[in-house]
Amino acid sequence: MFIAIIALSLLALGFGLLLGYSSIRFHVEGDPIVDKIDALLPQTQCGQCGHPGCRPYAESIAAGEDEINRCPPGGEATMIALADLLGKDPVPMDDEASVEKPKATAVIDEKECIGCTLCIQACPVDAILGAAKQMHTVIMDECTGCELCLPPCPVECISMVPVKVDTGNWKWPYPDGAETNEVTEATAG
Amino acid sequence: MHYPSTNRPARKLHRFHGGLHLPDNKAQSNGRPVEPAALPKQLTIPLQQHIGEVAHPLVSVGDRVLKGQMIARAQGYISAPVHASSSGTVIEIGEQPVPHPSGLSSPCIVIETDGLDEWVELPEPVVHFAQLDPSELRERIRNAGIVGMGGAAFPTSVKVTPGPETWIKTLVLNGAECEPFITCDDMLMREQADRVLAGVAILQHLLEPEQTLIGIEDNKPEAIAAMNAALETGGLSNTEVVPIPTLYPSGGEKQLIRILTGKEVPSHGIPAQIGIVCHNVGTAAAIADAVLENKPLISRYVTIAGEGIKEPRNLEVLIGTPASSLIGQAGGYTDAASKLILGGPMMGFTLHTDNVPITKAANCLLAASEAESPNPGPASPCIRCGQCAAACPARLLPQQMYWYAKAKDLEKAQEYNLFDCIECGCCSHVCPSHIPLVQYFRFAKMESWAREQEKRKSEHARKRHEARVARLERLEAERKARLSKKKAGLKKKTAAKKAGGEAKDPKKAAIEAAMKRAAEKKAKLAEEGVAPKNVEELTEAQQKQIDQADKRRAEAAEDTKQATQEPEDA
Repeated sequence: MFIAIIALSLLALGFGLLLGYSSIRFHVEGDPIVDKIDALLPQTQCGQCGHPGCRPYAESIAAGEDEINRCPPGGEATMIALADLLGKDPVPMDDEASVEKPKATAVIDEKECIGCTLCIQACPVDAILGAAKQMHTVIMDECTGCELCLPPCPVECISMVPVKVDTGNWKWPYPDGAETNEVTEATAG
Repeated sequence: MHYPSTNRPARKLHRFHGGLHLPDNKAQSNGRPVEPAALPKQLTIPLQQHIGEVAHPLVSVGDRVLKGQMIARAQGYISAPVHASSSGTVIEIGEQPVPHPSGLSSPCIVIETDGLDEWVELPEPVVHFAQLDPSELRERIRNAGIVGMGGAAFPTSVKVTPGPETWIKTLVLNGAECEPFITCDDMLMREQADRVLAGVAILQHLLEPEQTLIGIEDNKPEAIAAMNAALETGGLSNTEVVPIPTLYPSGGEKQLIRILTGKEVPSHGIPAQIGIVCHNVGTAAAIADAVLENKPLISRYVTIAGEGIKEPRNLEVLIGTPASSLIGQAGGYTDAASKLILGGPMMGFTLHTDNVPITKAANCLLAASEAESPNPGPASPCIRCGQCAAACPARLLPQQMYWYAKAKDLEKAQEYNLFDCIECGCCSHVCPSHIPLVQYFRFAKMESWAREQEKRKSEHARKRHEARVARLERLEAERKARLSKKKAGLKKKTAAKKAGGEAKDPKKAAIEAAMKRAAEKKAKLAEEGVAPKNVEELTEAQQKQIDQADKRRAEAAEDTKQATQEPEDA
């Protein structure tokens, strides 16, 4: 009986030391699942999920504090990707997030701009160029369409303009069952 | 040295998987000789007629341009310049309808022709190109704006520049022209076999292949005969015209390579990886023009065919000529015309209007009748018959990809090698349920690319956001550091004041010292009996002023005396 107690205690001590050592030796900085979730989010930093940016939302999802359906820019595709990653069941999109808006970028009406720099301070990706009392402008390629610059503007000179479809970014549409104007299925005569 | 190829034993040919025997309908348009198309009043030249970056305009509205003048330069490595197809005046640079499946507009240069067709001054023609450095030849090919004329429009200058480690063993010339109705390559080989072979010779000089194979489908006996005849007099070594069985899509790059050499181009790979390069015969002819005559690519053969055309034929067309003008020259539409297709019936796309220009890659205008291109009607459910898989020349499983593309599960679709699909349309053609399979695959490919791009963009946005956060933190830290430094400085000062007690302010000390010096000087002067002479000869008013000032001074002295005494009194 003593032998058993001693043996078990020794084993417990041994494993305890092993665990203690490995928790120090293989210590992981940060939470890798947060990075993975963050990688799936669209990085607009728009705050529409109720968090101040994509990473805080990722942290909140990882902690199990928030649902995966709160990202309107990411839409359903992001929600499904998150469900896949976390092994959760897909959930219908949040009310606010259910309507998918066309992708848009902010445009400053340069005649109206008074050069107050408030939008520059609001932009999460530094996509607005300008200085105090100078006209501001949006760097189109960098704008994520988060709309965070709209509320601070005192003269309401910023508007969201949908991205123009041209031959460069046009996509073949999803085939519509009823509509068949596709020529590739045409018989050859 | 050359071989009379008629006496050679037949080369062993290979077969690719699947494929279709289609009614070729080529007799419609290959009966008449090719004629140059009439010069149109306006040429609309798109700035992007190739894969890669859009060309950058070099002219502005109102400029007079000459035939063959470069009007837009290439931007970036994978790009091609654009030239004026005839002389005239630039009347517009802007969005115009272009031949694109979307029916959208794209930037073009519109030239109003002056009818003179005046050439720009061309450099001296080169006869002995073999003496030129390959890099100079590549430069000429690039400056001539040559792109793959089989349909893909990939800049040729990139394709004739294999990397230093790539050794091209086989040069394949694609004269298969497997799509029904199209006969422009057929006519080119019949009428200009010498020019094609001149281009082949230049390609051989550039790539130094061990053998050159010219693949032509055996439904073009005249073209095969013409090419063989030209080959016998041309003196090209290790070059062979290989008639191949007619089977759609033998003109696909990977399929033709398989037929001629038995080799498979790796999935996601390019032929150069297995030592093969494939060029269209039209491209070879354009290379000959560019190198031997310095003429840029400004015209091409175009087939105008279909039951919807009165006199189907081939025309030599200036790039930028409107399709409507060509159809007019082919007798116009018949009553049977139901839709206008650019390209063939299998891989082409419907044009929304005939007011679009011919581009470098446009090989055929097909005004198809209802019988030639019937609408398949609504799609029925897939019955898993497997005919699509049997027909697929890329050995894919179209029905599997179809399920995933339909469910928008793009990753799964890619696992079934979606990107190896050449969009030949065989699967859609054989599908008994009339499912628009190729349309699903095109959608899935485009969507995958878009998502990939989106991902890259969001990664970029994250980096910018992180950089911004870091910058704000740094600025905040710097501000705090400045503040604390200032605070520390102030503290030091007050501490020093306290510690020094009555230690005098240096300014005050300096003033006192100066006053002391002045008093000493005054005393010294008084001792010597020298009085300042500035109070002599004063006027009455001045004396009065002085008296008043003295009085005030005395009063002030009295006041301060009292003020200093008061606290002591209190």
